[in-house]
Amino acid sequence: MACIEARGLRKEFGTTIALDGIEMRVEEGRILGLIGPNGAGKTTALNAILGLLPYQGELQVLGRDPWTQRDQLMRDVSFIADIAVLPRWIKVWQVLDYVAGVHPRFDRVKAESFLAKTTIGYARRVRDLSKGMVAQLHLALVMAIDARLLVLDEPTLGLDILFRKQFYDSLLNDYYDRNRTIIVTTHQVEEIQHVITDLMFINKGRVVLSYSMEEIESRFLELMVHPDQVDAARALKPIDERQMIGGSILMFEGADRQQVAELGEARTPGIADLFVAVIANQDKQAQGAAR
Amino acid sequence: MSSQSNVMPESTLRGQGIAAAAFPAARLMYWSVRRELWENRAIYVAPAAVACVFLFGFSISILHLLVEMRAAPWLDVTQQRELFGQPYEFAEDLIMGTALLVGLFYSLDALYGERRDRSILFWKSAPVSDLITVLSKAAIPIVVLPLLAFAITVLTQWTMLMISSAVLLGSGQNASILWSRVGIFHRWPMLLFHFLCIHGLWQSPIYAWLLLISGWARRVPILWAALPPLTIGIVEKVAFNTTYFGSLIGNRFTGGSEGIAVMERGRAMDPMMLFAPLHFLINPGLWIGLAVTAAFLAAAVRLRRYRGPI
Repeated sequence: MACIEARGLRKEFGTTIALDGIEMRVEEGRILGLIGPNGAGKTTALNAILGLLPYQGELQVLGRDPWTQRDQLMRDVSFIADIAVLPRWIKVWQVLDYVAGVHPRFDRVKAESFLAKTTIGYARRVRDLSKGMVAQLHLALVMAIDARLLVLDEPTLGLDILFRKQFYDSLLNDYYDRNRTIIVTTHQVEEIQHVITDLMFINKGRVVLSYSMEEIESRFLELMVHPDQVDAARALKPIDERQMIGGSILMFEGADRQQVAELGEARTPGIADLFVAVIANQDKQAQGAAR
Repeated sequence: MSSQSNVMPESTLRGQGIAAAAFPAARLMYWSVRRELWENRAIYVAPAAVACVFLFGFSISILHLLVEMRAAPWLDVTQQRELFGQPYEFAEDLIMGTALLVGLFYSLDALYGERRDRSILFWKSAPVSDLITVLSKAAIPIVVLPLLAFAITVLTQWTMLMISSAVLLGSGQNASILWSRVGIFHRWPMLLFHFLCIHGLWQSPIYAWLLLISGWARRVPILWAALPPLTIGIVEKVAFNTTYFGSLIGNRFTGGSEGIAVMERGRAMDPMMLFAPLHFLINPGLWIGLAVTAAFLAAAVRLRRYRGPI
């Protein structure tokens, strides 16, 4: 069964089209990275999935309609909208009590053992914790919930690099078990490169790329090429080209790996470079079409 | 249709391990109310603090009591009741007024604060429906505050009586006349009724209105809560030179003739004879008010579904 299935998902805010017919299908057990520029519609899409927004089109999350069945859905779904949403007045023991009180799948012992690895005291209020500690607390809560889908919208925003690394480490080592589905959006694209199993680019309310990481590897190729070879490489129709000291880097989609490799040093592109290439390409095409 | 019904059992089976399907609504309600009390400690701190301050003032005033006791034998029973009963009634009124204020400000912030500080996103990540959330927030001014205020009033009056008796006994006077005349014991059931019915049920449309506005307003909910009734009142005054709407609202605050009657009866000679809860329950005003409350709360539930952080 697909964890998330969306067909023709649309959302308008006044005259702004936030989602322009999103098609997506996320199988259970995948870790999907949802990447897009600011205002692309990532958060809108996630909010629709979480039942926080009404929408047009078809959307099923774990077989439920999120808008009308949010409370039932939340038994199986956890989310961190961003770390700043934990109420500032609440004390650590209170938030543990509360979640244990209302969530049938919350394992308090698990949350406490996670908190034991931190320096967070139970009597402290969220407002007195540092940003990193709030993130740890929120993660401890979420990881102790036996959810089938976890949605993370910019979960590490404003955290330092150590916390960010720790965050994803805990997620992979202590939480992810191949039965759970995780969706994560972030602007720190490099950080999730080795975390995700699937990649989706979204721009201007549309899905512009959607592949598994294996597909990305076999499909896209980056070539570092010496200036002498640039023309030969360009003949193979790269989708993107950028300059660097001592040569150029060209990106190919669906090219013959051997043929390309003869011209220089070939490798799989990073998500960040792929993102820039795909989005920039798309914008260029859009401008061309406008002319 | 059939695919839907096929999917559901499968997903429950797949739920790992014990996987309780859902908690009963009563449990969700209990924790939702508890969380309100954690956040808004004023609900119990404010009436308790007012009671403490009052008790402090009362302890000082006890000097008068000694003088009054000497004059008491020359007064008739009604005058004695008035003389000794007055501070106790004053304590009631003070705590009631505090509870009302706390309830008003609480309701005005209940659905607004969580949107302002974005914590609504956290609360919505819990498997608690908007209905339960709104009901738990409405239960604070309509059920919890009246009960708390009643308990605090009883405690305060009891303490007052203890202080007075101790002082009287200490100065070698007889406290029995005081005990027989303050008449607080038979007032307590009446008081409980008053708190639950007048402060709870009768005033509930006010709280429901404030909750609705707190769930709707993007800024200064107090303004949006006050403006419509004010405007209606002024338009009515200008157009028809009447103040019907204004007195309707005022009536909700004071408890109306019914509420006052209950209290008056409470102060009367034989309370049990005049204790008429049935009279209150068949008052159409009560039921109209409750219907309005239900409508406002239903609208607030719907709004909470649509509204996110501001």
